[in-house]
Amino acid sequence: MKAKTQVAKISTKGALVPALAPTAIPLKDRRLNFGGKWEYAPSPEDAKSYPIALRHELFINGKFVVPAAGTYFPSINPATEQQLTEIAEANAADVDAAVKAARRAYDRVWGKMPARERGKYLYRIARIIQEKARELAVLETIDGGKPIKESRDVDLPLVAAHFFYYAGWADKLKYAFPGKTPRPLGVAGQIIPWNFPLLMAAWKLAPALACGNTVVLKPAETTSITALRLAQIFQEAGLPEGVVNIVTGAGATGAAIVNHPDINKIAFTGSTEVGKLIARSMAGTGKHLTLELGGKAANIIFEDAPLDQAVEGVIAGIYFNQGHVCCAGSRLLVQEGVYARVVKKLRDRIQTLRVGNPLDKNTDIGAINSAGQLARIRELVQSGLDEGATLQQTQCALPARGFWYPPSFLTGVTHAHRVAQEEIFGPVLSVMTFRTPEEALERANNTPYGLSAGIWTDKGSKIFKMAAKLNAGVIWANCYNKFDPASPFGGYKESGFGREGGLPGLAAYCRLD
Amino acid sequence: MSTPRLEVKKTYKLFIGGKFPRSESGRYLPAHSVAGTHLDNYAHASRKDFRDAVVAARSAAGGWSRATAYLRGQILYRAAEMLQNRSGELVSEIARSTGAGPAKARREVSLAIDRLVHYAGWTDKFAQIFSSVNPVASPHFNFTMPEPTGVVVVLAPDEPALLALVSLIAPVILSGNTAVVIASETFPLPAATFAEILATSDLPGGVVNLLTGQRTELAPHLATHMDVNAIVDGTGIAELQTTLQGGSAVNLKRYTRRDLKAADWFADRAEDPYWILDTVEYKTAWHPMGV
Repeated sequence: MKAKTQVAKISTKGALVPALAPTAIPLKDRRLNFGGKWEYAPSPEDAKSYPIALRHELFINGKFVVPAAGTYFPSINPATEQQLTEIAEANAADVDAAVKAARRAYDRVWGKMPARERGKYLYRIARIIQEKARELAVLETIDGGKPIKESRDVDLPLVAAHFFYYAGWADKLKYAFPGKTPRPLGVAGQIIPWNFPLLMAAWKLAPALACGNTVVLKPAETTSITALRLAQIFQEAGLPEGVVNIVTGAGATGAAIVNHPDINKIAFTGSTEVGKLIARSMAGTGKHLTLELGGKAANIIFEDAPLDQAVEGVIAGIYFNQGHVCCAGSRLLVQEGVYARVVKKLRDRIQTLRVGNPLDKNTDIGAINSAGQLARIRELVQSGLDEGATLQQTQCALPARGFWYPPSFLTGVTHAHRVAQEEIFGPVLSVMTFRTPEEALERANNTPYGLSAGIWTDKGSKIFKMAAKLNAGVIWANCYNKFDPASPFGGYKESGFGREGGLPGLAAYCRLD
Repeated sequence: MSTPRLEVKKTYKLFIGGKFPRSESGRYLPAHSVAGTHLDNYAHASRKDFRDAVVAARSAAGGWSRATAYLRGQILYRAAEMLQNRSGELVSEIARSTGAGPAKARREVSLAIDRLVHYAGWTDKFAQIFSSVNPVASPHFNFTMPEPTGVVVVLAPDEPALLALVSLIAPVILSGNTAVVIASETFPLPAATFAEILATSDLPGGVVNLLTGQRTELAPHLATHMDVNAIVDGTGIAELQTTLQGGSAVNLKRYTRRDLKAADWFADRAEDPYWILDTVEYKTAWHPMGV
C-alpha cells in the first residue's frame, strides 16, 4: 500500500503550490505521506554509561555464586544479534540451594519480621528503583528489544509503583481480609516471561514479599540481565540474605523449581501450554498455584465510537511492545457500518509507526525478542494468507541485522482462521466485523482465552452491559493496555487463574486461617 | 582574651500557604522548658491568621484532592524521609521542651516517622477497603466511593507534642483534605519545627497550615468559620470540646473527638484507618447498563 499522493510541494519561493492536478487522485484515495518524506535525526539513548558484565552468576542467599555445573548460555541483543553477556545456567542442585536459602530466610528472618519493617524494605527498594530507572530502562531495551520510550515511560515507572504500592500493604493485611488472619505461604517459586522482564518480576516479588513470603525467581532465558541488576538493588537495600534468590536458565530450571518439594507456591506467567504442564505436574502436591497465561483479546469498535480515539487505542492495544503482550488486543471486531473507515484509518496510521533501533527515542516498534518468536509470527501470518486473509503492512525499511517484523494487520479473517484463534504474540492484528452487540459478544467470547477485552463506544450503558457479559478478567472501555498496581490483572478460562495487582493480588500470597 | 560566643535566638513563626509569616497581630509568646527556662519566642496566632490559613487551605484543596492517590502517597513518604533525615533536630526540640530524655524523645520521633510511612501506604488503599459496588435490583451499575470533605481544622493535644500531631494530621490529608492545625499549647516548638520540615518535603503549600497560640482564644472562631468542613479535636479538653462541637452546628461541620491519654498516642490504637473516614464524604453514582 505504497503512498501515491503528493498533494503539494514547496516552491523555491516558499509558497505552497499544487503538485498534481486535483483530479489526478480520487479524494477517497488521498492520504498523508509520512514514511519516506520525513526523516528523523537519530536520537539514541546513551548505552555506554551502563556497561554489562561479561558474565552473570546466580543470586543465592544474598550472593552472586557460580552455578554448580559451571555452565553458561549466551544472551544476545535481539536488535543486533550480538552477544551481550553469558548467563549462568542453574540446575536442580542450584535450585535446591536457592530453595534452602529461601526457607532459611523465611524461618529465621522474613517470616518473623514485624510487617512494618518488611514494608520499609520494600519502600527502600522502590526508591532505589526510581533512582536507577534510566539505567534499568536502557538495559531492558538492550536485552529485550523493546523501545526505550516504553521501557522508560511505562515499564520502569510501573515497576517502582508496584513495589511502592505493595510496600504499603505489608502492615495492613488484616484490613484486606476482614475476619481472617492472613499469614504468608512460605517459599514461593516464581517463573516469569521475557516480554516485560522487570515489570513481571515486580508484579511477582512485591506482593509475595509484602505478605511475608520468600522467593526463588526465574527470569526468562532471553531476558535475565535486568533481574540480576534487581538483585544488586536488593543487596543495596540491605534486604536480608535469602529473601529473594534468582536462578537463571531455561525450561529445565523452571521445572526444577516447580517440582521442588519444599516450595509452597508457584506463580507462573507465560504460555498456556506451559501453564497446563505446570498445573498437571503440581496436582496432588498441595502447593498453591497462580497462572497468568495467554490471551486473544477482542477489541470491539461500535458505530457510535469516537473513531480516531478508537484507532489510537487499537494501535496501542496491538503494537505496544511489538505485540509481545498477553493482553494485546489482537482481534479487532468492528461494527459493519464503520468497517471501511476504521480500516482506512488503521492503514494510514500504521504507516506513521517507526520501526528500528529500540534505543532511539523516536522508535515505536522495537525488535522481536528472539529468532524463534519471529519465526512463529511469520508462520502464523503465512497461515492467515493461506487461509485467505489479506495482509496490510507498514512500508518501512527494516534493519539488516536483528529480528524485526513490521506493524501488520489482516483483513478478511474469519473466526475459524488460526490467526483468529491462536496467540500470535507479535505486531499482527486480525480484523473482523459484526452487526449487533449480541454478535460481538458471541464472537469475542468464542475463544479458550479470557484475559482482556476492549470496548469502544460513546454510550456508557453499552459499556457496562458489554463489560458484564464479556468473559475476560480485564475490560478496557475507551482505552486499552492500561496498568496500575492498584488494579487487579488476570484471566478467565485458559488465560489462567489468580490475580496480580490490587487487593486480590494479596490473596495469591496469603494463607487465610 | 576571648568573649564567649553569643547564641543566635530564633523566633518561631506560623506556617500558612507554604510560607512562614509572623502573626498579623504582631503578638509573640515565650516558650519555656518544663523547668521554666526560657527557650525561644513564637508567634501568637490571631483570628485573622486563622482566617488566612483557611484561605490557604481552601486554595490548596483543589490541587491536592485531584492529585493521584499514588502521588499523595509518594509525597507523604517523602515527608517521612525528610523527618528521618532531620530527626536529630526534632529529638532535641522535644527533649529541651518537655524535659524528656534523649531515648524517650527519639522513640517519639521514630514512631512519628513510621506512622507517616504507615499512612502514606493508605492513600491508594483506603478506597479499596471502604468503597463498594452495590448490587441494586435494577439494571444499573451503582458504586460508592469516599471523597475528601475539604478543609479540616485539627487540634493537637499538649502531649506528645509531635507524635499526636502527626497521628492526627496524616489520616486527614492522605485522602485529599487540607488542614489548618493548632499546635500543642504547652509545647509548640516541636510542631513548629515539624512544619519547617514539611515545608522542605514535596507537600504543596497550603495542604498543612500550622498555627501556634492559645486554643481557647481561637476556638470560637474555628468552630464558626463557614468555610471549614470538619474539625478533628485531639485536645481532650472538655470545655473546648463543647465550644467546638456547639459552634460546628452553624454549618454542620463534621466534628470528631480523639480522646487519647498521652501514652495512648504511642499505642496501636492511635494508628487507625477508620480515622480516615471521619473526614471523607461518601459519593454514590448510578449508571444504566444496557445496549
